[in-house]
Amino acid sequence: MTRAVLQALLSHWLRSPLQLITLITGLALATGLWSGVQAINAEARASYGAAAAVLGEGSFDQLLPDSGAEIPLSTYVALRRAGWQVSPVVQGRLDGVRLVGIDPLTAPGDVGPVADDGAEVSEFLAGSGQIFGRAEVLGALPDTGAALITDADVAPGTAITDIGLAQRLLGRAGIDRLLVAPVQPRGIAPLETVAPGLTRRAAQGGSDIARLTDSFHLNLTAFGLLCFAVGIFIVHGAVGLAFEQRRTVLRTMRALGVPLTRLIGLMLAELLVLALVAGGLGVGLGWLLAASLLPDVAATLRGLYGAEVGGALSLRPIWWLSGLGIALLGTALASGAALWRLARMPLLAAGQGRAWAMADARGARRQGGVALGLLAIAAGLALWGDGLTAGFALLGAGLVGAALALPVLLGAALALGARLAPGPVAQWFWADTRQQLPGLSLALMALLLAMAANVGVSTMVSSFRQTFTGFLDQRLAPELYLEADDAAQAAALAAFLAPRVRSVLPLASVETSVAGVPAQLNMARPDPTYAENWRFLQSAPDAWERLAAGDGVLINEQLGRRAGLGLGDPVPVGADAPLPVLGIYGDYGNPVGQVIVTEALFARLHPGIDPLRFGLRLDPGAVPALRRDLEAWGLDPSAMTDQAALKAFSLSVFERTFSVTAALNVLTLAVAGFAILMSLLTLAALRLPQLAPVWALGLTRARLAWLEMARAVLLAALTTALALPLGLALAWVLLSIVNVAAFGWRLPMFLFPADYAVLAGLALVAAALAALWPAWRLARTPPAALLGVFANER
Amino acid sequence: MLVTLRQIAKSYSSAGADIPVLRGVDLDLAAGETLALTGESGSGKSTLLHLIGGLDRPDSGRIEVAGTEITALDDRGRAALRRGTVGVVFQQFNLIPSLKIVDNIAFQARLAGRHDPSRAAALADRLGLTDQLGKYPEQLSGGQQQRTAIARTLAARPQLVLADEPTGNLDEDTADQVLAVMLELVAETGAGLLMVTHSERLAARMGRRLHLHGGRVA
Repeated sequence: MTRAVLQALLSHWLRSPLQLITLITGLALATGLWSGVQAINAEARASYGAAAAVLGEGSFDQLLPDSGAEIPLSTYVALRRAGWQVSPVVQGRLDGVRLVGIDPLTAPGDVGPVADDGAEVSEFLAGSGQIFGRAEVLGALPDTGAALITDADVAPGTAITDIGLAQRLLGRAGIDRLLVAPVQPRGIAPLETVAPGLTRRAAQGGSDIARLTDSFHLNLTAFGLLCFAVGIFIVHGAVGLAFEQRRTVLRTMRALGVPLTRLIGLMLAELLVLALVAGGLGVGLGWLLAASLLPDVAATLRGLYGAEVGGALSLRPIWWLSGLGIALLGTALASGAALWRLARMPLLAAGQGRAWAMADARGARRQGGVALGLLAIAAGLALWGDGLTAGFALLGAGLVGAALALPVLLGAALALGARLAPGPVAQWFWADTRQQLPGLSLALMALLLAMAANVGVSTMVSSFRQTFTGFLDQRLAPELYLEADDAAQAAALAAFLAPRVRSVLPLASVETSVAGVPAQLNMARPDPTYAENWRFLQSAPDAWERLAAGDGVLINEQLGRRAGLGLGDPVPVGADAPLPVLGIYGDYGNPVGQVIVTEALFARLHPGIDPLRFGLRLDPGAVPALRRDLEAWGLDPSAMTDQAALKAFSLSVFERTFSVTAALNVLTLAVAGFAILMSLLTLAALRLPQLAPVWALGLTRARLAWLEMARAVLLAALTTALALPLGLALAWVLLSIVNVAAFGWRLPMFLFPADYAVLAGLALVAAALAALWPAWRLARTPPAALLGVFANER
Repeated sequence: MLVTLRQIAKSYSSAGADIPVLRGVDLDLAAGETLALTGESGSGKSTLLHLIGGLDRPDSGRIEVAGTEITALDDRGRAALRRGTVGVVFQQFNLIPSLKIVDNIAFQARLAGRHDPSRAAALADRLGLTDQLGKYPEQLSGGQQQRTAIARTLAARPQLVLADEPTGNLDEDTADQVLAVMLELVAETGAGLLMVTHSERLAARMGRRLHLHGGRVA
């Protein structure tokens, strides 16, 4: 019996391959988009985990200098002598690689490289030492004389070595931080007594980067979920149609003696197999997607947070298992209602009683009520909600509510169209379009969500771009930037330039920490350039004048949010008394916190650091001549960067940063287009009995085909009209709520009508293309097939 | 006795009110006997057929089919009865559109575990379907589809054949041909046949006739 029933069930798919393709493709796309995003997240988190494991970030308490300067070796020695079980760490950049020096003899727990080749501590310390890292990282290091040991467990972009070697290579004498072992001897002297200049920062159970980037990954996950939802709309449609078309068959099989439990069990098995096949394909697709997007995501994370993520993808069991799991969950979601109806279907229920997805008026009213409720919740969250969770809840309620409201609104619009239609054909067209609505509504909901996501995310990105461009104009005011080889050349350059340019702005920075937050200390020479170009988010009166007088500091928005600093708050920048915050400036795209002090104070705090870079203010037309003079003076052309090139480079970094969202946008829209195509193709088979009478009354097949295309374009146009305000609402939520919580920046919202027009055009073209094939098939339907509709009515 | 019905009553709910369809029907059908069940629309003919076939349950009364009291059976037991003892021929044919004719004919016999390819082939031959075996139902005429449905039922060798207006969708000539073949085959297998029909002409060709009126045997 089982074989016979299975054969009957499976024969449906063989006779309806398009439905099978729709189902498998929809589910594979949904799974692929979701698991692709998950793979990227998993890879990034694994990288943070590796960094945390190797460097002890988050696992151990740390001692950090209050002033942001280095910890002197003498302080470390004093702590050890007092019985403190601490281990020194020094880190810095060597040719773009983050070089971390540790002391393997004192390092607590598992901190340090985990070498598969059994390298021992003695080898680590002996001779010219060893440097551990991933192959690509070791390849980027200059020749140091140390042995290079490949170790895939070391965090991406990081190399680990002995602290002595690291100090030598980085030209450092002090220590950046001290890791505190979890178990300390009893009765040791308190920290304030032994090392008063140090602050103990408690372990926070995870790396800073992981916490910092959580929001970004939440964003990606939300996008993945949206893609998944769009895919599930397709699957829901395909499964629903398959069940509806097989209602008569299922009833017949039950009438012929197949027990209901056996039937449901076999249908579940059928769905399970389909879900596993589609899930397997989806996981493969997700792999490809993740592999192609990961380099850009890595660039995004580096650009936004300074987080290093490996560019290569690992096949993690948890990832592909969750991919298959989500495929099964998606199938269950899409088919649950259909299976439930089957389980409750009376044996003698009319086989053809329900047309596919034909919602009755009561169902439509219920759907409209749910939509209204969700939109009311979204409005409430917009008015009174706060934080990231409220932001995402608002997004979810708003998008789902709008999607559910779509068929109701379209129905009303089409009813109005039918009332205003001038002739009988037009009247039939509008009424018939309304009749098709239930069958197409799932695909149109998918289109609505995809379009809204496109409008919302592109508005956010373009607003960001516009703000960023303006920001670059402010920040990159100098017409030419130079970099000297050493202090002597820098001094000579300054003397050479003094009579030739309006002003010379020396640039120097040092890595430090402020209130336990990693930050960069920058110098600024008093000059009108800053006051004329920089725009503060908040500032005290005469901020630049007071900065020049050494009466305070400026900080960027990131540092303000992370360290909880506001205007007037004291910032410890050296051994002197803390200085108040005079201004907070926007610093888009910079991953780290920043403090600006005047040139004189910087020189006093870090007398060993000479500015080697300079920004030059001069007439832009004089730049080429000055470049020639500098070359003649002996400066290498590679040491000169003009403003335009720098802006172009910054913008290219920015574009790459958001290429991931752009790719997901395009994919979501493509999936929605696919949903429309599949819905139209599956509906086309059911359309013949509805079109045959109109054909018999005198409309040609070609005209009917054109009307079919017009119908798809009309529905897409109406959906687009609703998607635009929804997308703008989405953009507002992203910019005003989610972005602030996720990235730490508040951005103004700009509108881009030309972009929206292009997007709307694309949606209409996609709908027309999707309708083209079914329309072409209709135009070529032989009259005998249309006549067959009447013959079957006998 | 192949079928015994005693005091069968059945009503349906509609708009909050119970509408009685059958009001105490008694009926007996012996093995090999053919019985026409006639009556006006709404007289309860199809309902009675569904009750005998285990497709529905009576409100009260007792039904025995091949010695089994089916009113005492649960869903699974009634499904087993439909699979192994009873064969139903529907007015709407109810073929499985995605299966070829050859597989449709074999379907119920396979469910019953009594599939005999040579018998299926012989039935197809008798019913003039040999050339249609590789086709799908939608490619056949109404008469051919109904003959396929009859072949499907008889290939499973049921003890009782229930036919609900099996020729209702066919023209007169085709209806006569289909009924003739069905009567012949039923006679050969010794099964009982109970056929619901509106047609006096077809009812007259059955061994016995029972007329339902107002939910009772008239």
